[in-house]
Amino acid sequence: MSEKTLDRRTLMISAGLSTMAGISAAASGKSAGWVERLLKRRFVELSDERREEILADLEESCRKKYGRDDITVSDTGALDGVEFAYGLDLSRCVGCRRCVYSCVHENNQSRDPQIQWIRVLEMKKDHGIDFAESNVYYDPDEVPEPDSFYVPVACQQCRKPACTKVCPVKATWQEPDGIVVIDSDWCLGCRCCMSACPYGARHFNWTEPSIAAEEINPDTHIFGNRLRPKGVVEKCTFCIHRTRKGRYPACVEICPVGARKFGNLLDEAGEMRYLMREKRVFVLKRELNTRPRFYYFYAT
Amino acid sequence: MIKDITSFATGSARIAFKGGPTFYAWIGFLAIVCLWGLAAWWNQFEHGLITTNMRDQVSWAFYIGNFTFLVGVAAAAVMLVIPAYIYNWKPIKEIAIFGELLAVSAIVMSMLFVFVDVGRPDRVWQLMPIIGTPNLPSSLLGWDVMVLNGYLVLNLIIVVHLLYTGFHRRPYNRKFVVPLLLFSIPAAVGIHTVTAFVYAGTAARPFWNSAILAPRFLASAFCSGPAILLILFQILQRTTHIKIKDEAIWKIAELMAYAMFLNLFLFGAEIFREYYSDTHHLIHTQYLYSGVHGHDALVPYAWASLICSVAAFLLFLIPATRTNLVTLNLGCVLIFTGVYIEKGMALVIPGMTPDTLGEFYEYVPTLNEVRIGAGIFAIGFLVFTLLCKMAIPILQDPDSGKSA
Repeated sequence: MSEKTLDRRTLMISAGLSTMAGISAAASGKSAGWVERLLKRRFVELSDERREEILADLEESCRKKYGRDDITVSDTGALDGVEFAYGLDLSRCVGCRRCVYSCVHENNQSRDPQIQWIRVLEMKKDHGIDFAESNVYYDPDEVPEPDSFYVPVACQQCRKPACTKVCPVKATWQEPDGIVVIDSDWCLGCRCCMSACPYGARHFNWTEPSIAAEEINPDTHIFGNRLRPKGVVEKCTFCIHRTRKGRYPACVEICPVGARKFGNLLDEAGEMRYLMREKRVFVLKRELNTRPRFYYFYAT
Repeated sequence: MIKDITSFATGSARIAFKGGPTFYAWIGFLAIVCLWGLAAWWNQFEHGLITTNMRDQVSWAFYIGNFTFLVGVAAAAVMLVIPAYIYNWKPIKEIAIFGELLAVSAIVMSMLFVFVDVGRPDRVWQLMPIIGTPNLPSSLLGWDVMVLNGYLVLNLIIVVHLLYTGFHRRPYNRKFVVPLLLFSIPAAVGIHTVTAFVYAGTAARPFWNSAILAPRFLASAFCSGPAILLILFQILQRTTHIKIKDEAIWKIAELMAYAMFLNLFLFGAEIFREYYSDTHHLIHTQYLYSGVHGHDALVPYAWASLICSVAAFLLFLIPATRTNLVTLNLGCVLIFTGVYIEKGMALVIPGMTPDTLGEFYEYVPTLNEVRIGAGIFAIGFLVFTLLCKMAIPILQDPDSGKSA
């Protein structure tokens, strides 16, 4: 088939479908008719006006659902000349899990059932880093325990993400600033990405997520901490709604021992480059060649 | 022409639904299981996949295992087509169509298992080219959906053509059918290879990340699919006038013995590598066969599967037990059970236990999952039964459809 006929056919199909959408929208008197929903394209492919509409619709429905009129949904894009990276000082981390709960609140993770993007693994000092011997459910009266150290793991924001490659519908991808995001309105919930991720960084909404209205963080981003529906995958985005506005991720701010570092990898004088020059860093599961932007180090 | 098509449609529908009390009892039973499964699916649709026992740690399980097993069953039509058309072996030629019917039913079931596994069934259309956004060429699941649909269409074309010409007492068009049948051989190998690559390409899961996974899939598939057909052929021998020679059945059983040998050999190669090199990756195999830290939910199943497969291999290898009806059928049941456990539970679940961060979450399916699974199998058997009913009179007596 020549390109011309294909084009014409595609045009005719889309023209036909748009007419149907128009009729349906007119008939229902509302912009979210089923034909239109069926016709929906991926958010990133849409025109600016259509994006605005979608963000407004999402804001509207979230506000209605939780009875809070301060909820906003933005789609702030990546900044030029920025590539985010993370540093974590394992000799400082005390395993208090404040980062876990700060992240849950900041990013509107479901409280029941619980979803936690950061998993803190307790490891034994006489073993070294060994996932097979780690324990995520440690619960002593006081941390840190003398024979243990702690390895927090969340999305490693890989340069070669195994998760985006396997997605069958292009619902997840890497942004220009290195953040791997998911479009919750496009995710099929097939969980291929969860099989592919070597770091257990992806989490599924096995049922409708639930958060008390007064606990919602109203400052949300369409690819980050927006309120998610059931049946889709979610993950850490380096607090995309904060970091693209020049703030630190919530976990960096909350850490009581300063174990967490964050910055722009392209900024020669920045925190991350300093850290990588002055300390010796390593990444988890280097042999898989995922090339994480999440660096661990022992400062002392 | 249009009259021919309508008479074919009404005629075959009449044949498909005409039968004795045993037939209606069977159909009724399948219909009840379907509804039982549908109610369970509705429950899952309402509440989400939390009605399953899958969780973040074991995020694929019973559904995807069944999907994998059924892709293998679908690929097995080839086991009849190869001897029939490549070697022009007459006794199998007349019954090769039943392999195609089984392929159609198995593909329907496998696609339904993917459908019930996704969190957003309302978005499956996104997998389709043109209207959706398939992530090709990089996503193996994307490819799998393409090739499975292609294989379904291919087999449907062959089956409908054979039934249609048979119904109108015309000879089928050899120039049209034989190339398609020959093409179905690489296509069958293709669907199972792509399905194996979904797992084998996952570097994060060492239990799956093996180069011999695709050959193992093919070897086990060439056992499980024909096992169903052998039982069907014996039913047909007793209840219809279709001539199915015993030699054909014995030949298929012999081929199954070779396929099972290959399957066991590849399994042994995998086991050797795991235990001799004894790396961190061994933990998944240990979880399957001996349990780790008291987590041993799969151990009895794993051993049952291995024992079934070895016993069936011996039964089909020895000519005396291969040609004896009792041991032949016992062998079929053992092979089916062995491969079903191997692909249904013993592949997917240990691949994810422990998870990538070392956590043990022991998965066993919920009743709701099993009900949905049973419902899908009932749909598949219903499709297979009705298709066979249509094919039988055409194969034994071209007149019965028209006169009815």
